[in-house]
Amino acid sequence: MSKRLFVKGNEAVAMAAIEAGCRYYFGYPITPQSDIPEYLSRELPRLGGEFIQAESEIASINMLLGASATGVRAMTSSSSPGISLKQEGISYMAGSELPGVIVNISRSGPGLGGIDASQADYFQAVKGGGHGGYHIIVLAPSSVQEMYDLTLLAFDLADIYRMPAMILADSVVGQMKEALVPHGRPDTLLPAKDWVVRGKGDGEQRVVKSLYLGDGELEAHNWKLHAKYRELKEKEERWEEFETEDAELVIAAFGSTARIAKTAIMMAREAGLKVGLLRPITLFPFPERAFAALTQRCKRILDVELNTGQMIEDVRLSIARDADVFFYGRPPGAGSLPTPEELLEQIRKYC
Amino acid sequence: MQQVFKRPVSLKDVQTHFCPGCHHGTIHRLVAEALDEYGVQQRTIGVASVGCSVFLYGYFDIDVVEAPHGRAAAVATGVKRARPDSFVFTYQGDGDLAAIGTAEIIHAANRGEDICVIFVNNTTYGMTGGQMAPTTLVGQKTSTSPYGRNQSKDGAPIRMAELLAQLKGVAFSARVAVNSPKNLMDAKKQIKKAFRYQVEGKGFSFIEALSACPTNWGMNPLQANERVGSEMTDYFKLGVFKNVENL
Ligand SMILES: Cc1ncc(C[n+]2csc(CCOP(=O)(O)OP(=O)(O)O)c2C)c(N)n1
Ligand code: SF4
Repeated sequence: MSKRLFVKGNEAVAMAAIEAGCRYYFGYPITPQSDIPEYLSRELPRLGGEFIQAESEIASINMLLGASATGVRAMTSSSSPGISLKQEGISYMAGSELPGVIVNISRSGPGLGGIDASQADYFQAVKGGGHGGYHIIVLAPSSVQEMYDLTLLAFDLADIYRMPAMILADSVVGQMKEALVPHGRPDTLLPAKDWVVRGKGDGEQRVVKSLYLGDGELEAHNWKLHAKYRELKEKEERWEEFETEDAELVIAAFGSTARIAKTAIMMAREAGLKVGLLRPITLFPFPERAFAALTQRCKRILDVELNTGQMIEDVRLSIARDADVFFYGRPPGAGSLPTPEELLEQIRKYC
Repeated sequence: MQQVFKRPVSLKDVQTHFCPGCHHGTIHRLVAEALDEYGVQQRTIGVASVGCSVFLYGYFDIDVVEAPHGRAAAVATGVKRARPDSFVFTYQGDGDLAAIGTAEIIHAANRGEDICVIFVNNTTYGMTGGQMAPTTLVGQKTSTSPYGRNQSKDGAPIRMAELLAQLKGVAFSARVAVNSPKNLMDAKKQIKKAFRYQVEGKGFSFIEALSACPTNWGMNPLQANERVGSEMTDYFKLGVFKNVENL
């Protein structure tokens, strides 16, 4: 299976979902992610799976909830306005400890905003976008290959931790065509799904729910969820470092902006500037330890985002006390994607 | 001695939290009898909704998924598509199904999902304290229609059984009541038919069960039962509105 393909990021997500064993997809059309449902509407029926174009994003997340409660691997995808509609269902899935993969090929906002690349859904994704205080796993691919790899990972992490996992990307990564080397799923040890509804047979009744009314029950349930979030922080933080060893300034950026930052850093290096990149791959859990360790030696961070400043809050919470964080952000919209030259200009300000 | 009456095995031997005179308990029993009748309890996955029937799993001895308010039909769609060999039903109130969950029910019905829907119409939001529902009768006073439902502002009560019967995907749609022995026997028959359709893979079936909510109607159980048989059935006619077997 080590053939090199030339595909769009969105297609890589759909291919990885199939490789991960996902046979159930529920969604509602929205730009710029429609390649995902289009691909899966073609492939899933051939594989004995189910594709439903639902009446709304609300319905699709609830179909995902239902399918996931039976133990199958299933997913939905959308873009920002649709992801807002899914928040109720995501909160219920978090509360009911249901795995499931949600893809957000995000676009600019607020409101109808525009369809351009955006990182303005960072808060919504990593801070628990719905009600009740919860987290989901959030992975931020920055290449077509990573769209594939992280989708495989999302299904595994969702099953291991029994919680929803999100791929947070944008049209740069989703629509771009790049080389992809597809591969099989890793043989990760997955826990048995001994909690799924299946019809009780001669066994005990099983219930998938998020309502806890007994004295102390909900408090205990919340602490149980919290313990999972802590375990995720201990075990699953992922990031990439590029040219950081001797760096005097490190750019913090994820997804599409990290790609632009890399080009700017190569240009800066050629000009003799000691710049590096720390790219969070998991946005939740946020790679706190990586930032803490890095800022022991490099005291200047330039946080770059396609928004007015969201991830910077997590960067600030993670760094050494005597490090400085600067910000360069562009609110998403037509024409707001920064060029490497623009980033180089920013780099020069702090070097 | 021959035992002529016993608890259905699909029901647990527990007391319910329903108010005296509430029909939810009776409707639960009829549903459980139908599950027993077809021997599907062991492969049943019930979908609970948000309302007075949210504790479905506390009373039925079956696997249950709890859906967000109004979303039971979408959750049931996901369950049934993923596990087509299971028997799937939702149990929803009128606020849940006919207000916040209208899109989900219409589209699940229109797709002809192979599920059964038990829709309990008590003309009010029971759990939240008796507010106006989409099924509240014109002139009916509720905690949010203190002057009575005003048709020109609030619209007329929605007749879901008739509305869904229009959709091609619906195999069976009927409205029943449990206020009298005669109606109860008929309700039992229709629920069984609805369940049989799923067992036979005929598609979406819908039972609207008229139900008393004495607590929020400000009535005693007898008055409330009486209202079901008069005012309610005057507007919400009992009957079968769609039956693919007769087409
Ligand atoms: C999104 C959301 N909105 C509102 C509520 C509050 N709520 C709980 S039950 C309910 C309506 C219950 O009425 P109905 O569906 O008619 O069922 P009944 O209690 O009468 O059986 C409402 C509005 C909620 N839980 N979730
Ligand atoms: S409030 Fe109404 S619907 Fe709810 S349990 Fe009491 S009588 Fe039944």
